[in-house]
Amino acid sequence: MAEKPKLALYWAASCGGCEIATVNLHEKLLDLDAAFDFMFCPCLLDTKKKDIEALPDGAIAVTLFNGALRTEENMEMARLLRRKSRLLVAFGSCAKGGCVPALANLTSKDDLLKTIYLDSPSLDNPEGIIPSGTTAFTEGDIHLTPLLGRVKHLAQEGDVDYFVPGCPPEPHQIWNVIEAILSDTLPAKGSTVGCGTLTVCDDCDRTKEEKRIPAFRRSYEFYPDAQACLLEQGLLCMGIATRNGCGAPCTKANMPCTGCYGAPDGVSDQGAKMVAALGSVMDIGDTTGLSEEAIAARVAGFLATIPDYAGMFYKYTLASSTLGGRVGSKK
Amino acid sequence: MTTDNSFEPKIIGFLCNWCSYAGADKAGGAQLIYPPNVHVIRVMCSGRVDPQFILSALVKGADGVIILACHPGDCHYKEGNCRALQRHTLLNLMLEQLGVEKERCRLDYVSAGEGDKFSRVIHEMVDTVRALGPLELEDVGAYNIRPDVITN
Repeated sequence: MAEKPKLALYWAASCGGCEIATVNLHEKLLDLDAAFDFMFCPCLLDTKKKDIEALPDGAIAVTLFNGALRTEENMEMARLLRRKSRLLVAFGSCAKGGCVPALANLTSKDDLLKTIYLDSPSLDNPEGIIPSGTTAFTEGDIHLTPLLGRVKHLAQEGDVDYFVPGCPPEPHQIWNVIEAILSDTLPAKGSTVGCGTLTVCDDCDRTKEEKRIPAFRRSYEFYPDAQACLLEQGLLCMGIATRNGCGAPCTKANMPCTGCYGAPDGVSDQGAKMVAALGSVMDIGDTTGLSEEAIAARVAGFLATIPDYAGMFYKYTLASSTLGGRVGSKK
Repeated sequence: MTTDNSFEPKIIGFLCNWCSYAGADKAGGAQLIYPPNVHVIRVMCSGRVDPQFILSALVKGADGVIILACHPGDCHYKEGNCRALQRHTLLNLMLEQLGVEKERCRLDYVSAGEGDKFSRVIHEMVDTVRALGPLELEDVGAYNIRPDVITN
């Protein structure tokens, strides 16, 4: 029997959800195993980094790389797997756009470490130690990989062949991607696969009417109606600026979309597109006779009810956004 | 703050066709003097200014962006300027979180008759951005900056 093509599923800065979604292929996992030699996955298998290093370049047919690039070690593994893989797939929102790890880009690396190791109220760190560098123990030295200044997505480090969105990718879409690989029907290199091209609203079967929102509301404040559009009910549902293909499971469960499939086709910056969309549907009431200052104050008051727009609108795409994170100018 | 007096800010101005562009014309016709730092892009309505355009301008080298709209109630399309105001206010909240000073992105109203105001607003904007200094952004790489992707 001919040798099966090798498949790797690696995690960098991630939570393990992409592995769980892959295991959620259920019985299809057996088909996956029949088609591929599933040979590298630190979450499930015991293959070591040195085993990968020992392979000839291009020996792995497909690497599904999930996780953002947070550390030098993540970068090293990204480069290694790029070299060893014929197809490198940015798998899931972390690898595609930075996702939740990249929200760290809203602050500087120093402020981040200060909050985590020095300022948090639950800490007991009287010596003010921030773990870094090399620490000597009697058993030997321990080296801690340095953090990057900014969290990156995979395509910022090297060539990526395909992008699969989702936090995590929906299992039926993972299988669609596997099938496309096996049947050699992948679209052009660089495409986003395992998804649609439109927005989640296209997958969501709630009743949509004219959108005029008198105030933003948050999901802890009320029980949303199960049929009406969540955005029309005042929830900041990201479906309107998010790529479809997931089947809208969140809105089916009466929860607003948080945007995990990233920007749809034709949009480069999901957060900016969400700003554009909301700017059209806010209803600040009749402004006849009001001064320009009074109108501006009314808009500002309307928007003041939500504390963290950047964190909300760039929850999955900050690393791949136009600015990539907080700019360091003169600070 | 920069101490380099030679810094000349580059500012992109999105001017609505019906009011503000005519206001700029009025300033030109009256030979009012104003600084040449604002590069004008005429749009049919301030409501057409997608926030992606503003971010693209900043990342491609602009130190500031100014959007000039019709006064409230005067929009040729009824409420395009209201949408521009709402988008601008929301975008500025986000830009502040991203470390971009809100003064770098300004929205104001200039009618077709307000050549004087156009000149004053441009003076103020250029002075403000000059005082802030150049906008220094980190290199995010080619994947993030794909203006060709923006089709809707």
